[in-house]
Amino acid sequence: MSTVALAGPGTFLGSSIGKKVVMAVTGLMLFGFVLGHMAGNLQVYLPHPEEAMRSYALFLHGFLHGAGIWVARLGLLAAAALHIWAATSLTIQNKEARPVGYRQWVGWESTYASRTMRWSGVILLSFIIFHLLHLTTGQVHPQFEDMNPYRNLVTGFQQLPVSIFYILSMVLLGMHLAHGVWSMLQTLGLSHPRYKKLAQKAAVAFASLVVLGNISFPIAVLAGILK
Amino acid sequence: MGGGTGKNLNLKLHVWRQKGPNVEGQFVTYDAPGISTEMSFLEMLDVVNERLAEKGEEGIAFDHDCREGICGTCGIVIDGRPHGPRPRTTTCQLHMRSFADGDELVLEPWRAKGFPIVKDLMVDRGSLDRIIATGGFITAPTGTIPDANAIPVPKENADIAMDAAACIGCGACVAACPNASAMLFTAAKITHLAMFPQGQPERSSRALRMVAQMDAEGFGSCTNHGECESACPKGIRVEFIARMNADFVVAQVTKGRREAQAGDSSAG
Ligand code: HEM
Ligand code: FES
Repeated sequence: MSTVALAGPGTFLGSSIGKKVVMAVTGLMLFGFVLGHMAGNLQVYLPHPEEAMRSYALFLHGFLHGAGIWVARLGLLAAAALHIWAATSLTIQNKEARPVGYRQWVGWESTYASRTMRWSGVILLSFIIFHLLHLTTGQVHPQFEDMNPYRNLVTGFQQLPVSIFYILSMVLLGMHLAHGVWSMLQTLGLSHPRYKKLAQKAAVAFASLVVLGNISFPIAVLAGILK
Repeated sequence: MGGGTGKNLNLKLHVWRQKGPNVEGQFVTYDAPGISTEMSFLEMLDVVNERLAEKGEEGIAFDHDCREGICGTCGIVIDGRPHGPRPRTTTCQLHMRSFADGDELVLEPWRAKGFPIVKDLMVDRGSLDRIIATGGFITAPTGTIPDANAIPVPKENADIAMDAAACIGCGACVAACPNASAMLFTAAKITHLAMFPQGQPERSSRALRMVAQMDAEGFGSCTNHGECESACPKGIRVEFIARMNADFVVAQVTKGRREAQAGDSSAG
């Protein structure tokens, strides 16, 4: 084979495992982002949250003379696009692999989270779009102030339906990651019988960390702790 | 039959009947009274078929051969579980004592694009043979038998290879998988050769070719549900899939180098 082909049978991206690796690597990038994103936002609990969040935002915007944030944004956009491409392509393949379904099918090992990855994923996509329009660009935020992330967060979450949507989305993110992080380890070949249970527990622990951290923000606003 | 310490069950079976590969099938309900708990599941079907024959009806076609759990030929999805409700048990080794009087059982064939139905509960698993044919072998010199233990093999590798080699190729993993993926099967076949020194020369080409064939046969891809492992009568573990993934990635990354080497040697 002398031709360089990216897709098609026999190539990396044309193979089921290649697409799984794309999903795992991009999933890892997105996972790393949500972990960092959540940790960064914990600064709302600092003594002077408005200043802390503004200087954090200024730092992110000024990183590498302003290039840093765009490198990160383009990287995440590419990761999300590839993740969704691989998920869609594999989902089609998987549907086609069983043209006639069972009258009765009983699962023993699969979990609610593992069986709903596509749904949690698609809802997360709609959440990501809403979230960007809400707290990044402000189009769907009624009281958006430029360069005042803390104020935007507080006024944003004071609207109950918005907070509920955020909380539900985070529960779905938690489910997606509880299965996804373990799945990613398998896909990348990092699995051993001795550590399987440990890896599965670690996935649930990391997912819970992200979810609890993120959910705390709307709850703290609704409870009047952040104002 | 019916003697010994067993008791008799009266069952109702909902069986998938399909006359041939490309025709519509449907479920047909049969009463199966007086089934001894000491029969195996396939013996129960033999009895049902004898009774059908007496009435001049066509018997239910199902796959079977050794009837002792080693050949991998049998396989029926019983009440939503490939090989039925007992873990680590093939359909032929399942006994009627696993069921209760009055049970209604749904009997379906393995359902996957890669396993076309031949008739009723029989499916064509030639796809698995074709996956093996592309890479499930080693290059061994002919001639005298080599000395036993001449090539040292670490104990852990030997154990892993033996675990993987327990696969009997029945296809229950595919049947159980929500994605009809054959990755547990393919991973077992790849692993049991990859763990030995003798398997190394073809290790990379084996991973590439077997995975390509697996995809070409129309199987789905793994999403790590773990249903395959729980349905496997031989306890093949999903960790083998991770091992296959790693072999496949390494083989893809080193493909250019191997091709260049092949070019060098063919150029003299
Ligand atoms: C915050 C965003 C997201 C993160 C952090 C994330 C993370 C992950 C991770 C780590 C995996 C495991 C990769 C593997 O199976 O090896 C995964 C799998 C998957 N993701 Fe996402 N994902 C995100 C968004 C999405 C979106 C928007 C979709 C759908 C459009 C999606 C659909 C899927 C699907 C279908 C799988 C495969 C499920 C499986 O292996 O069982 N994800 N995701
Ligand atoms: S008939 Fe051989 S394994 Fe069941």
